[in-house]
Amino acid sequence: MVDLSVQIGAITLQNPVQPASGAFSWEYNDVIDLNRLGALVAKTICREPRLGNPTPRMAETEAGIIQSIGLPGKGIDYFIAHIVPEYAKFTPPLVVSVSSESIEDFAALAEELSVPDVDVIEANISCPTRNASGGNFAMHETYTRDCITAMRAKTKKPLWVKLSPNAGDIVSIARAAEDAGADALVIANTFLSLKIRTDNFRPALGNKFGGLVSPALKPIVLRMVYQVAKQVKIPIIGIGGVTKAEDVVEYMLAGASAVGIGYAGFRNPTALITIIDDLAAWCDARGIKKVTELIGAVRDQDMETDTLVAASAGV
Amino acid sequence: MAVDPNTNYTNAALRVGDVDPYPQRLVGEFIGTVVANTAVNDEYKLVVLKVHPHALTAYAGQMFHLLCPSPDGAEVWMRRPMSVYRVDKANGRIEFLYKTEGRGTRGMATLKPGDDFNIAGPLGHGFTLEPSWRNIVVLGRGVGLATLAPLSQLAAEHKVGVTAILSARNPGVVMSRDLFEGLGAKTVTVLDSDGSSAVENVEKILEGLIAENKADAFFTCGSNRLLKLMQRLGKKHDIPGQVAMEQIMVCGFGACYVCVRTFEVDGKRILRRVCREGPVFNMQEAVGW
Repeated sequence: MVDLSVQIGAITLQNPVQPASGAFSWEYNDVIDLNRLGALVAKTICREPRLGNPTPRMAETEAGIIQSIGLPGKGIDYFIAHIVPEYAKFTPPLVVSVSSESIEDFAALAEELSVPDVDVIEANISCPTRNASGGNFAMHETYTRDCITAMRAKTKKPLWVKLSPNAGDIVSIARAAEDAGADALVIANTFLSLKIRTDNFRPALGNKFGGLVSPALKPIVLRMVYQVAKQVKIPIIGIGGVTKAEDVVEYMLAGASAVGIGYAGFRNPTALITIIDDLAAWCDARGIKKVTELIGAVRDQDMETDTLVAASAGV
Repeated sequence: MAVDPNTNYTNAALRVGDVDPYPQRLVGEFIGTVVANTAVNDEYKLVVLKVHPHALTAYAGQMFHLLCPSPDGAEVWMRRPMSVYRVDKANGRIEFLYKTEGRGTRGMATLKPGDDFNIAGPLGHGFTLEPSWRNIVVLGRGVGLATLAPLSQLAAEHKVGVTAILSARNPGVVMSRDLFEGLGAKTVTVLDSDGSSAVENVEKILEGLIAENKADAFFTCGSNRLLKLMQRLGKKHDIPGQVAMEQIMVCGFGACYVCVRTFEVDGKRILRRVCREGPVFNMQEAVGW
């Protein structure tokens, strides 16, 4: 039986499959055994209670759903007092995603979240829908560096940084996060998107813009993970379009140490369990003893090939 | 080739006859087998599923999240929440009454006997009956009556009398009358076609029932103006009430916060999740649409 455990800095995950922030809560315990997951990832928390964005908050498109929730929540104090204990009933590490509009507050929140039952702090500097312009720190190298530096100074907890696929040069931003002391990178948040209804000429979402959630994201985010993995030393958690065990394998080959899953769990509430079981079976069938053998194992070393030579090869 | 919506991403959904690894869990992902999927009138269809016994714990007002097949070859990306129409424990069946309208229900309309149909549930909080209630009034319109229909079953089990006021555009699309009457409910049909569905007339009927002590509690679904009417009369006569609400929904488990609606509690407006705090809410706290 394959050893599915992976190391993300100081944290050991029993397997590389975890939910994506915003697509999960302890309430999924109603339908699956949460103790099977690699990690528990709470919905992004902000300092003050927030209502979130106007409805409708989700619309279907030709190639996935777009959604714009706007980080609703009851605020940091309620979260620490009432939500963290709900997660503490389960064994996997708890990753707490956090967001703010100022660097100082991001740092203060990191300090306040450094409580025993929180295992990892995930800096959500990339929520595409917290304001209508879609702006966020992960669009800019300098803001990313300053924000993570400030958070790093205020917490000893493992600090993961969730990057934006909407940034022009994600590799530079990934490096800035690593330089500033991030323990891992989460790649990526959702793609800023828009749908306009042709029956009434209005944007389909109450917030106009939304983030695209879809299996269609996988090849794009996989490319980002691959590019970033070549340039940083810290572990990467790949998020985008994972719906089956082979997708986990693909992300790991590209250089990810783990994956996060959103859409598949919406479509099939039991999907994460199936993906974990299938990943073990996939490795066992190939004699892979440790799933970590897959990390960065893409065979691309000999691909600087002459076109005429390549085109003469078998297919 | 089209993706099979019942098997992709999971092999942990329970079919009839499967051993349930987690019988204590509140919610399951199930693959039911279509027994029948027939038109009940020009607009509505009834799908009957044979399901794993775990799914039969559903009670009146609860929902399942349905993974509808595609009506057009393109992907249907999200499940559709739908309240249970009838739970037939004796035959291991569950029924959904639906109006063929959007892509999800158009896909449902293509289901044939023997087909698989993936449903997740039961979800949410359904209708409840207080022990002190002897007679209740159910008022619904359109497909909202499908949500209210299982109240007849619940009320019959609790020996509570039911008056069901069924509102519809015309006699051809009156829903659920047989189901209510079959379980001993008294029904009153009001129609747009003869003007009897006007709010003033429905108000008269409700006032009459209140005067006869036939209205210990109000239940409604499917019409904003009927909700407003019941809220007004409920406040006037101090009659408690419950309303079933719907909203676009994604996860069904309270995680994503897509399915929120506005409620007013102690003078303050708040949001609640239809999937988790609902779909049945205190009628007086609901802010209509």
